[in-house]
Amino acid sequence: MIKLNVPLSPHDHIQGEEDAAVTLLEYGDYQCPHCGLAYYIVKAVQDHYSDQLRFAFRNFPLAQIHPLAEPAAETAEFAGAHHRFWEMHDSLYENQERLSLPLLFELADLHGLSVSALRRALDTHEFLPRIRNDFLGGVRSGVNGTPTFFINGERHDGSYEFEDLIADIDAHLGSASQAA
Amino acid sequence: MAILEPGTEAPDFRLNVTPDQALSLHELRGKPVVLFFYPADWSPVCGEQTTLYNEILPEFERYRAQLVGVSVDSAWCHAAFAKQNHLRYPLASDFEPKGSIAKKYGAYRKKDGFAERAVFVLDSNGKIFWSYCSPVAVNPGADGILDALENLSKEQRRSDDKAERSTFAA
Repeated sequence: MIKLNVPLSPHDHIQGEEDAAVTLLEYGDYQCPHCGLAYYIVKAVQDHYSDQLRFAFRNFPLAQIHPLAEPAAETAEFAGAHHRFWEMHDSLYENQERLSLPLLFELADLHGLSVSALRRALDTHEFLPRIRNDFLGGVRSGVNGTPTFFINGERHDGSYEFEDLIADIDAHLGSASQAA
Repeated sequence: MAILEPGTEAPDFRLNVTPDQALSLHELRGKPVVLFFYPADWSPVCGEQTTLYNEILPEFERYRAQLVGVSVDSAWCHAAFAKQNHLRYPLASDFEPKGSIAKKYGAYRKKDGFAERAVFVLDSNGKIFWSYCSPVAVNPGADGILDALENLSKEQRRSDDKAERSTFAA
């Protein structure tokens, strides 16, 4: 079993309650079409478990094959620095088929963020070190493509289909309730 | 067939990496080599082994390691595949006779006619330092390779220190 070796910290982007029984962590790429499909599945999984589950996202941009993955991740982190990470994250995936540099600025404007400040952040790669850090932590934890999910720190080796994720999460919920 | 184990001399080869250029393993002596066999070009998954390693290249370079991929695809196939995925390291073509190098490393799937997902980290003298064979459907990732390169560089430093001490002693 492959284990996450960079535990979640307050610096991570996390949705849900800290005492949730299960933590689902995704390593994803904003330009990866599989991550685009998984985005809607994760939403359904979050609805299914409600407060029992929290969800965290880390960047794993495959920049050589997805030239917009890094600028998109930088835009999400820029939004995060202004407390708009999840709004931007959702918008990026919901508009993935028209992902482009102009779209990044359009989304910044949509979420009430300064377009010129985003332009500066992209020019100076202000958030790139954080993204590379996510990426390398992922490599060291056995992330081998995108999306890769970890459930309570263990790599989920099944598909990202709803049924497969639910089955794995249920198994963790079962062991959590036995322990309680 | 089991893959070659650590401590074994890595069998030399000379394989085409482009339609008109060949690479010999012994040319890479003097630095660590990450040699990986994989089933085929054009796997349909994002972040497949070849593209993942391409992203991690700067990490391999920190250890001065040279990355080389090997499959039974032809050099023309490799060229198109590498271009499509912007690969920045050589893919060697184990094409004629098919799989003959993979066989020497114990990494050939006779039944399927292609190579295993087998990874070898070679030291700077061409000896196998670490090897790993992954189930063919599972991308082995890179954490094992990076750990091996880390351990190899530690070992290298230790033996350099020892050599230095013995020079002083003499």
